[in-house]
Amino acid sequence: MIPELGHFALILALGLSLTLAVLPMWGVIKDNRAWMRSASSLAAGMFVFVSISFACLIHAFLQDNFSVDYVARNSNSQLPDIYKVSAVWGAHEGSFLLWILVMSGWTLAVSVLSGSLTLDMRARVLAVMGALSTGFILFILFTSNPFERSLPVFPADGNDLNPLLQDFGLIVHPPMLYMGYVGFSVPFAFAIASLLSGRLDSAWAKWSRPWTNTAWAFLTIGITLGSWWAYYELGWGGWWFWDAVENASFLPWLVGTALIHSLAATEKRGVFKTWTVLLAIFAFSLSLLGAFLVRSGVLTSVHAFAVDPKRGLFILGFLVIVIGGSLTLFAVRVAHIKSKAGFDFTSREALLLVNNMLLVVAAAIVLLGTLYPLGYEALTGGKKISVGPPYFNTIFVPVALVLFAFMALGPFSRWKRTPIEVYRKSLLPLLAISAVIALLFALLYGDSFSAWVVICVFLAALLGTGLLLDGYYRIRSKTAGARLAAVFKQTPSYYGMWIAHLGIAISVIGVCMTSIYSDERDVRMTPGDTVTMGAYEFRLVGVQRIKGPNYIADRGNIQVSKNGEYLLDLHPERRKYLVKGNVMTEADIDPGLFRDLYVALGEPVGTMGAWAVRVHYKPFVRWIWFGGLCMMLGGLITVFDRKYRLVSALKKQRNWVTDTAEVSNA
Amino acid sequence: MSKPSLFVPLGVFALLAMLLAAGFGLDDPHHLPSALIGKPMPEFELVDVLNPDRVIRKEDLLGHVSLINVWATWCPNCVVEHPQFLEISRQGSIRVIGVNYHDDIEKAQQWLQKYENPYWVSVADTEGTLGIDLGVYGAPETFVMDAKGYIRYRHVGPVTRNVWLDTLLPVVDAVKREQVEQTAARG
Repeated sequence: MIPELGHFALILALGLSLTLAVLPMWGVIKDNRAWMRSASSLAAGMFVFVSISFACLIHAFLQDNFSVDYVARNSNSQLPDIYKVSAVWGAHEGSFLLWILVMSGWTLAVSVLSGSLTLDMRARVLAVMGALSTGFILFILFTSNPFERSLPVFPADGNDLNPLLQDFGLIVHPPMLYMGYVGFSVPFAFAIASLLSGRLDSAWAKWSRPWTNTAWAFLTIGITLGSWWAYYELGWGGWWFWDAVENASFLPWLVGTALIHSLAATEKRGVFKTWTVLLAIFAFSLSLLGAFLVRSGVLTSVHAFAVDPKRGLFILGFLVIVIGGSLTLFAVRVAHIKSKAGFDFTSREALLLVNNMLLVVAAAIVLLGTLYPLGYEALTGGKKISVGPPYFNTIFVPVALVLFAFMALGPFSRWKRTPIEVYRKSLLPLLAISAVIALLFALLYGDSFSAWVVICVFLAALLGTGLLLDGYYRIRSKTAGARLAAVFKQTPSYYGMWIAHLGIAISVIGVCMTSIYSDERDVRMTPGDTVTMGAYEFRLVGVQRIKGPNYIADRGNIQVSKNGEYLLDLHPERRKYLVKGNVMTEADIDPGLFRDLYVALGEPVGTMGAWAVRVHYKPFVRWIWFGGLCMMLGGLITVFDRKYRLVSALKKQRNWVTDTAEVSNA
Repeated sequence: MSKPSLFVPLGVFALLAMLLAAGFGLDDPHHLPSALIGKPMPEFELVDVLNPDRVIRKEDLLGHVSLINVWATWCPNCVVEHPQFLEISRQGSIRVIGVNYHDDIEKAQQWLQKYENPYWVSVADTEGTLGIDLGVYGAPETFVMDAKGYIRYRHVGPVTRNVWLDTLLPVVDAVKREQVEQTAARG
């Protein structure tokens, strides 16, 4: 009964989203204020019914309702409750329901927090989001219904959740990622609404910015979590694989990053309007493309869901309508827009333009590498090739490094024109300091000198010291009191930028150090054996059999000592999950600010009680994700800038409701 | 008045959409109707991963129905499917031949030591030449080859328990049955 209720709630949500797509827009055309105002309640209703539907699916999982086919395929009665809940988004159907829940959540958020928008603008934005929701709900109802029953004969127990996914990382990774993907539908909807109305002004950029930053922050943390998960769960210590699906999340991130910066220029100076609109369309289009790649099965990947041609065709059709439609609208409507302000090549605008070019080139490189095998096959009639990490590392990394170099100039630049003197005065000492830091570091750290380390540390130091110096300029005053006051006077936008840019510098260090200085050994160890790595010594004490809730495991006890002194014990496990018989490696990691010690237990070798053991020494690997965390934080902080008035928007909303109520009474 | 240049993004997207549609029509990528199906396994001469002094040729693999599994240490999905191959090789009903694709031979040896070796033999396709002849799209891929060295089936993506039981095993059984019947007919 409950699953049918969930299905029914979803159908009702479809009715509401369809109405949301049509009625407010029709109201704009007919100038009917009541129809335009209906958008808010329709958005709320859609959210309520999608939530009910989602709750019903969670209920089915918690109740072990294996008559529901999706539950039977992805859960098991022995699964811990927390994983039963996260199993809801462990496969295609349920994860798409999560996608729809997130979509309806963003729609509701826009309707509640957009008090400063004019009525017709708000109606247009929400109608666009309603249209997108309609497409998504149609997709799930027609091709991927998670409530499908397998009556009358259904399995006594479920097939179990893939053990790779029975993990904290997977509980939080997809929701964050979807918040990001789907969040880009908001700037997209703003862009479409502005194109429709012809009002592509800086007010539009101002509305879009907090939403874009929030979506970007979620996408950032989603990608970061995914990388962290791959590192500790896949059992071989990698943190990025240039896998098609990883690329699918990286593409909207790169374009979204470009969008954030181009929106800043559009808002402050009224430049790049056409380009910004195009980026807003691209960012969301690439999110949709990502969904297509994952769910159609056109490319295979570790994350890919089950293949179903019907689904792929549906998404492709949806892509053509949404992206094709919006790009047509763009081509037809954008012509009369003119950027009014000019700028010098030393200006902040110019730097932002360079930033955009490089980010879009980087995205194009990743897109090309991701789709090249597909194109090659189509053109050659079936010949297949594969593009791996070597391509991406060779072509992407230089572009990224050039981008970092320009980033360092960013904080010192000024709108319109920057006196060259400013760059010279600030940058020359920084260049010298950074060069010294980089050379000293490369010489003193590690066993071997690496030019890559010099380049990366130099750029990261340039970024970091640049931010420090700029911060110092801003709070420089005579008295301590005035300095403190200046600290508080800086806007959240500035702090957000500062932290996010610092995050980049931190991640650059992490990526570089881990790539160059990681040490990994695969050794055969019998109890009592030791392996030495630099100052660290690892001794296998023994391996014992233990029993978990839905698995049995061999648990190794490895004693680590540093310079001869006992440090700690590590307990890597090899788990055998009972339902499907999968064997999983649970690495044990001793995390540290400057290094991770990472131990994974392999197979038993031979008959003498020996085990294959993988030992890693990973310097600075945490910095990669810590940088990601800073970027997310930076993105979120900017939202609290007073100029966006999101905080007071709720109050406005209430006033607006009373205002309009008076109008309609009159 | 619209400028023609504004239609460039739309044009680019149209090309992209055609590409996606084509990719879609081409195949259901988990069981690609490979151009090679029914054709002989390509000739090759590659060294044994675990014993690089020993050269393996196609002729060395004939006489048995085999699974040809394309794997690599850089391929996360190969770790995912690995337990299934261990189980298949433990059951012993079919030979599993590894093609170590675009890889470093030392890393491959470590990988086999770490995860245990399900392969009757793994050949080191360091340059990817055999992979290209096989039309490999990426790792992992798995082919069914009959005793005479003809490719009978191709699966792209990891071989999970379900894939093995529902897809590959029936093909293997059918190929084996056919060979028994041919032998009987001749006799």
